[in-house]
Amino acid sequence: MGQPAATQPVLQLEGVSKSFGGVKALHDMHFDLRKGEVHALVGGNGAGKSTLMKILNGVYQRDSGTIRINGQVANIQTPNDAMANGVRMVFQELSLIPTLTVMENVFLNHEEVNWRFLLDKKAMVRRTRELLEELGIDLDPNQKVSTLSVGYCQLVEIAKSLSVQASILIMDEPTASLTAAETTLLFNIIELLKAKGVSIIYISHRMKEIFEIADRITVLKDGRWVLTEKTADLDLGRVIDGMIGKAVEKAFEWKDRAKPVIDEPILEVRGLSQDDMVRDVSFDLKKGEVLGIAGLMGSGRTELLEALFGLRRISAGSIRVRGKDTSISGISDALANKIALVPEDRRRSGLILIHSVRDNAALPVLSRLSRLGVLDKPRISGMVTANIRDLAIKAGSASRLVSLLSGGNQQKVVIAKWLNTAPDILLLDEPTAGVDVGSKGEIIDFIRSFTATGKSVILVSSEIAELLAVSDRILVLNEGRITRELMREAISTEEEIQFAIQK
Amino acid sequence: MHNLLTRFDLAKNIVYIAFFIAIIFFAITLGDRFYSITNILNITRQTAMISIMAVTMTFVISTGQIDLSIGSIAALASLIVALMLQSTENIALSVFVGLGFGMVTGALNGILITALGVPAFLVTLGMMGIIKGLAMWITATTAIPIRVDDYNTIFGLGTVFGIPILFVWTLVALAIGLFVMNYTTFGKKALAVGGNEVAARYSGVNVRNIKIIAMTMSGFTAAFAGILYSGRMQAGRFTFGEGDELTVIAAVILGGTSLFGGTANVFGAVVGSLLIGIINNGLILGGLTVSQQMMVRGVIVILATALGTRGRFFRKKTPS
Repeated sequence: MGQPAATQPVLQLEGVSKSFGGVKALHDMHFDLRKGEVHALVGGNGAGKSTLMKILNGVYQRDSGTIRINGQVANIQTPNDAMANGVRMVFQELSLIPTLTVMENVFLNHEEVNWRFLLDKKAMVRRTRELLEELGIDLDPNQKVSTLSVGYCQLVEIAKSLSVQASILIMDEPTASLTAAETTLLFNIIELLKAKGVSIIYISHRMKEIFEIADRITVLKDGRWVLTEKTADLDLGRVIDGMIGKAVEKAFEWKDRAKPVIDEPILEVRGLSQDDMVRDVSFDLKKGEVLGIAGLMGSGRTELLEALFGLRRISAGSIRVRGKDTSISGISDALANKIALVPEDRRRSGLILIHSVRDNAALPVLSRLSRLGVLDKPRISGMVTANIRDLAIKAGSASRLVSLLSGGNQQKVVIAKWLNTAPDILLLDEPTAGVDVGSKGEIIDFIRSFTATGKSVILVSSEIAELLAVSDRILVLNEGRITRELMREAISTEEEIQFAIQK
Repeated sequence: MHNLLTRFDLAKNIVYIAFFIAIIFFAITLGDRFYSITNILNITRQTAMISIMAVTMTFVISTGQIDLSIGSIAALASLIVALMLQSTENIALSVFVGLGFGMVTGALNGILITALGVPAFLVTLGMMGIIKGLAMWITATTAIPIRVDDYNTIFGLGTVFGIPILFVWTLVALAIGLFVMNYTTFGKKALAVGGNEVAARYSGVNVRNIKIIAMTMSGFTAAFAGILYSGRMQAGRFTFGEGDELTVIAAVILGGTSLFGGTANVFGAVVGSLLIGIINNGLILGGLTVSQQMMVRGVIVILATALGTRGRFFRKKTPS
């Protein structure tokens, strides 16, 4: 664990606020960071962690409040200002260029030169090697980044951020894609950095890690500061209490079902494995049921849904749909079995952003809405008009490009698209991620009305409140295995599940 | 709010503006040498092959691919048909074999692209060399004359009610292209594949088949263009279609189709081809040398596509 941190604050935020189009993302935030400490920042989605870090990093500009660095007021307006103040961020989405070598990435945009323009390769290789050795990373500076594992890329990313003088390092979910060994290596590096006097802001959802590495913990909720305390004085229960708070949003309250779950399985999964991501998973899904799946990023939740939708090859196990053994080896098999998936990343895999609402919503059912390959345009228009009305999609017109819609309306287009295939089993992967509160409530309501017609939903979500609002049953997934199964009636509090997913 | 100016999509419409500017410019500077009926009909004859290949190239580009092999497919198809006609004099059979060759080559392009994961640019660049070499080899680079008059009439020299048959073929290709792109599932799926291949796959679109079909269509019209060249010149020759791939791609992009896939404008592509034809014609009539023509053409292509691309930047940015 951390050695006693020096008391001089290297960073102080006072009264920092930020709004986006009238919606307050940060209220009067305060935060301080001491020299050589690891300060963890925790909170649910939308708590304001990333907004705060983007302000520190100069990506967003604060509306009010002051930032002090080493006691001096620092006016950070751009990423360059942040860099000049010694603030560096290790990006969650890697910002390395795969076709370049480790050294070239580390020195990208601040290459060492002779005669003002000749690259001094020798010096850069030497400095990279020193940097890597110092961090205990066993890598050849001349290796291409494309040949490295995701974990090593993350380490190179850290080395890159340290190649220029950094006194404050921000790490956003640094272990999300690391193996256990790589995580240990990362933690060693963090200890080294602390010893060198570097201060670290550590953002993570993994409480176990936070309690292992952080000196202090700050909890945020809905853009407000909740608490800051020494890790030694805190326990998991208090952190989770702080994250959840007392007030629960209306839309996220459990409502009794309009129709009870039918005690007849539509989907029976037995011993399902998908490489190392999903291990020996068995469960039944009943008609009219909402089955929630809770788990951290990397717990195998997305892989499980993708395997059921035929996007991933199953390495072991069996799937029965409507009592019949079924092999789902491709998307067409899934569609034939009336299974649909609303994928996690709607911009990458859910939508064609440069196309209209109509073209997106009709894409999976084009063949059904045509004769001999010729489109039945009136029927397509009628169907999409109905989609827009039923799901209250605010698009103006069906011809509007989806890239111009808000996140919530984009997500509704993805849902509409799959509803048009008339699925009996709807797989929803983080359907409310990056969606405004209003649309979230509407999506939750949609799940209720959809299952009221006797159809079934498997819902994966990081927001436990959301799972609790609609799930009849919740499975907890951890490292690819089901570790708990909780009936809705048996769950007394959100804490219980928060504890379960942290293991 | 939605006034004409903000709704006007420069990228998609630049080709029509350029088209009219070119016509007005040459009409003023060249007078009736340019706008005489004979000259106009001549332009439609000269551009027919480019226009027809531009129709299917629009499909290829909208699926996010490219086809560089069309010029050499046209050359070899002209030779195959010429040789067939020489030995059999059977028009239907010769044309059938010529078109079949084009389709098979196009399909092969598509299969190589999808099965090997090699970019379309490289597969078709390689194919361009193979087919061209084959065309030079089988005839030892000599031309093969075609002495079947009906063939030359149908595929090159004839007219229908005074309209050159080559232009009639262009209109047929345009009509089919417009119909397939805008009224069939294939058109929509092709755009989906080019717009976001991952999302298309997640939606159950058979990305592989769509890509192969687009390349097959391109091979087919390339062979057909070769047949039209041979009908017009009454011979098969390995030089036919030389450099056409670049002219065709320029016509498609000028027409408002994005080089990155996901959008298509079949009509624009044909207008783009006519625009290039008009510029060529005007420059020749204006007495410019071949070298000067090449330079002016290059400048115009860069200018027009640059304006089109700028237009795309002016559009509202995607919210993140």
